[in-house]
Amino acid sequence: MRTLILKTASDYLLPILLLFSIFILLRGHYLPGGGFVGGLMASIAFVLHAFANGLKDTKKLLKFHPGFLMPAGLLLSFLSGLLPVILQDAAFMTGLWLENPIPVIGSIGTALFFDVGVYIVVLGVTLTIIFTISESA
Amino acid sequence: MTQQFLLYPLLWQLFLSIVLMFAWRHIQIQKIISIVGSAIGVGLSVALFYEVWQNGTLVVQAASWKAPFGISFVGDMLAATLVLLTSIAGLAVSSYSAASLIPARLRFGYFSIFHFLILGLTGAFLTGDIFNLYVWFEIIIISSFVLITLGGEKAQIEGAVKYFTLNFLASIIFLTAIAVLYGLAGSLNMADLAILIPQIENRGLVEVAAILFLVAFGIKSAVFPLYFWLPASYHTPPSAIAAIFGGLLTKVGVYALIRFFSLMFVEDVLLDQILMVIAILTLISGGLGAMVQTNVRKVFSYLIICHIGFMIAGLGMFTELAIAGAVFYLIHDIVVKTNLFMISGLIYRIKGSNRFKELGGIYKEYPKLSLMMIIPMFSLIGIPPLSGFWPKVSLIIASFDTQSYFILAAVIFASFITLVVVAKLWAEVFWKEPDKFPKKNHFLYFKKMTLARKLQMILPIMMLTGVSLYLGFGAENIQQLSMRITSELMNTDFYINAVLPNN
Repeated sequence: MRTLILKTASDYLLPILLLFSIFILLRGHYLPGGGFVGGLMASIAFVLHAFANGLKDTKKLLKFHPGFLMPAGLLLSFLSGLLPVILQDAAFMTGLWLENPIPVIGSIGTALFFDVGVYIVVLGVTLTIIFTISESA
Repeated sequence: MTQQFLLYPLLWQLFLSIVLMFAWRHIQIQKIISIVGSAIGVGLSVALFYEVWQNGTLVVQAASWKAPFGISFVGDMLAATLVLLTSIAGLAVSSYSAASLIPARLRFGYFSIFHFLILGLTGAFLTGDIFNLYVWFEIIIISSFVLITLGGEKAQIEGAVKYFTLNFLASIIFLTAIAVLYGLAGSLNMADLAILIPQIENRGLVEVAAILFLVAFGIKSAVFPLYFWLPASYHTPPSAIAAIFGGLLTKVGVYALIRFFSLMFVEDVLLDQILMVIAILTLISGGLGAMVQTNVRKVFSYLIICHIGFMIAGLGMFTELAIAGAVFYLIHDIVVKTNLFMISGLIYRIKGSNRFKELGGIYKEYPKLSLMMIIPMFSLIGIPPLSGFWPKVSLIIASFDTQSYFILAAVIFASFITLVVVAKLWAEVFWKEPDKFPKKNHFLYFKKMTLARKLQMILPIMMLTGVSLYLGFGAENIQQLSMRITSELMNTDFYINAVLPNN
């Protein structure tokens, strides 16, 4: 099912969906959103690309196996939880925040990195599952 | 040392599994990381145990949210002891599985999942929040489900389906109980609940919640009549996996029962009686089940069920001595059951089978190994002065004190039946003149293994046998430890004040 319309559309949709997923990720601290939904959206972007252009192209685009994202994201989340233990001898996962918010992104704290970790894990898991299924199909 | 030290054994296991995931395709590296990492994990747990022994309960409020709003992690003596035993069993099984499992089973992240399982167990022992306990149980179920199916043999899948269905049912009941309790009390922090539950006016619903918790943990710890999943599934995965399952998974259920019914649902006569009846029936049915089995691992599976009864009996009698007996038995049982399943794996490697009729003559071939294997079996029966004997003394004295003679009878009956079962097993597997069976072609027999690999298989068994011997000969220390754990458990103010200091 490789149509020209879908193919052309997916070229535009991929960056837009990825941007939107990052928007959702950053929005998640006080409003609906966050790492999990963001990660799902980012994976949808790649899945759509795979539908339109074939799995091979998407893999070329990604450059590495999505399974690698799982431990990477876990490690990021883990370290963001560990940081307060190392720096301040506070309890695991205690939120540390920069004093001044940064424009666009807002306040930066360990919670953000935790969420980014979740984002990466979800992206890795979803892509691994879908790639495995469509490879064997 | 700081309070934060409490979580180090937990975080270390998480870190290990993440690192192991990075080395997904390099099994040899994974083996080294897992064994060395588990050894470091034992070191951390010993340090935690020592710290708690010296300075009393450690409490960490995760993310620094004050209890009862955040999630508390509480390391009292019971939790610290069980974390220590978990890490010791983890080290033994890690080394054992590196030697005994074939590469095809290790390929899909075995060690990573294994450390996730240890992480879940450690978390379940340390948490002080019921919902968080539920989450740790989920981590345990999911990783154990992966471990039980890795390899994908038909029997394995069948066992896994039974295992997963019933454990999932238990989780649903657990979740329902949590919902009922939250609706009643408005809190899920264990220390907070210990204060709130006695004040609730609707005693009927409290009773319902307690029974739901009892059923949920009953399924998980495989007590009568909810144990059927255990013998149906534990003989299917490789013995290294069965060892960690048999040693620790059912004990988490027992731990949860002890924690819940000594801290939150106390002074409930009906519940104590139910527990006692369950204990008696578990002791009898598990023992009788073990009698008729003709497969080494099925025998051990039924013995797990049988011996859960001892701990439940101690909890049901609920005197200081009875709880001490139950705790001592818990300590002894974790070590010995892990060891027994590793032994069953060793028998399998020597003879290529676990069925009685295809076994025999191991004593003639390997007299020294056989003698090493008899020690855990003797401590399982409870031959003095080995480790199974001392907790039974406490239990029997307690049953005289509380005049629960049925418990007394069941305890003696179960001990006796264990003796019969082990004697039968010894005669069939070690003494009997074996029939001639054709050698399997593509099977790695123990004889053909390299010396390093043999040692990797035998050393963990020797280590746990050593721990068993220490539990027996150093029984005074362990009894002292159990009494201290019991006094902490019986005096709930102790736990409450540790978590909620301003109360």
